[in-house]
Amino acid sequence: MLTIGGLNQGIVLDHIKAGGAMKIYTYLNLDGLDNSVAIIKNARSNKMGKKDIIKIEGKLNDIDLNILGALDHKITINIIENGVIIEKRNPTLPERVDNILKCKNPRCITSVEPSLVHTFKLTDKANGTYRCIYCEQSFDRR
Amino acid sequence: MRHIISPTDLTVSELTDLLNLAEKIIQNPKKYSEVCRGKKLATLFYEPSTRTRLSFEAAMLNLGGNILGFSSADTSSAAKGESVADTIRVISSYADICAMRHPKEGAPYVASLYSSIPVINAGDGGHNHPTQTFTDLLTIKNLKGRLDHLTVGFCGDLKFGRTVHSLIYALSRYSSIKFVLISPEELRIPTYIKKELLEANDIPFEEVRVLEKAIPKLDILYMTRVQRERFFNEEDYIRLKDTYILNSRKMSLAKEDMLVLHPLPRVNEIATEVDDDPRAVYFKQAEYGVYVRMALIMKLLEVDLC
Repeated sequence: MLTIGGLNQGIVLDHIKAGGAMKIYTYLNLDGLDNSVAIIKNARSNKMGKKDIIKIEGKLNDIDLNILGALDHKITINIIENGVIIEKRNPTLPERVDNILKCKNPRCITSVEPSLVHTFKLTDKANGTYRCIYCEQSFDRR
Repeated sequence: MRHIISPTDLTVSELTDLLNLAEKIIQNPKKYSEVCRGKKLATLFYEPSTRTRLSFEAAMLNLGGNILGFSSADTSSAAKGESVADTIRVISSYADICAMRHPKEGAPYVASLYSSIPVINAGDGGHNHPTQTFTDLLTIKNLKGRLDHLTVGFCGDLKFGRTVHSLIYALSRYSSIKFVLISPEELRIPTYIKKELLEANDIPFEEVRVLEKAIPKLDILYMTRVQRERFFNEEDYIRLKDTYILNSRKMSLAKEDMLVLHPLPRVNEIATEVDDDPRAVYFKQAEYGVYVRMALIMKLLEVDLC
């Protein structure tokens, strides 16, 4: 089995739906960071069968973890300091996200007016459904 | 200041007030013929529409007001690339109220964010068309006498028909409504409407394929067109197309007081022989569209009768 060393300080995003890590990486703008980032795909999981994991090393003041709820609310966020997990939580579902999710409906007004802010609102908390405020199309996480 | 973007922007109580006002206008249109004198309605139609635009214009003229606007994107600044936000900012200084039709979903909502006059959504793509829904509700209320305790059948293209979706949402707010959804497999109502609206609120509904079987139990039959291009193969279209054509023989199976509604334009889904049946109210429905728009303009302009 592939092993990647533990972190002394940083964040581990665990229980990412298998195949979803690259999207999370993109949405969190991790490519813009100078920190070490490890993406583990298709790791074995008792709970999920397969899962993805992202490990980000170092101090992370510039990452907006709130948007994770809109992307995959089953992710576990582990905050690591001095080699131990000091906080373990699932992301909360933000009521509204601006310019994170993009509406993919080709009939939406956002498809022809690039200056509009892409805004999604949480419409079904139980299922984590977000809908575009303009066309009301739900965000497809696939 | 209020905007009307979605059919459910009005509460049930506000809707009742609107329909009551429309019924008063039907009874005595002369009384309202000057109430909007000096007011201007801008009709901003980014795509062609005959009935909706003309009924908005007729409504404002009937109220003694004036109209201005454009009837296609080619004849507006949209052709030069102007945004909806900029257009409405300018139009706000020319008119007192506006009705907007746009091929892109959400455009009237964008307009409402930047407008200083009331914006009425006159249809945005396959999304919302609230004044059609108000028209449908006025037709049912005026001719049936109620909006509750009804078994309402929707027939034809239930997958893509925005008028169907909006009316289902609007009627779901009234008590003891049952829906009978009559369509081919390919054109069934979207799953999210079934799950998020009907099942979530315990609203009874059934899905059937054959109109003849459903029609005897209906109080209202809302017809829509089944378009050839919606089918995956020609064979299915040919097999099913006649199933969804309403004719006198099928009408003979219906209740004596069932009403047939259709948002128009009708192509061949209702045989012309049905037009003379007193239960066929789709042309009356188009007429009611003017009255309900008159009432809506009055409400949004906060016009009071002295």
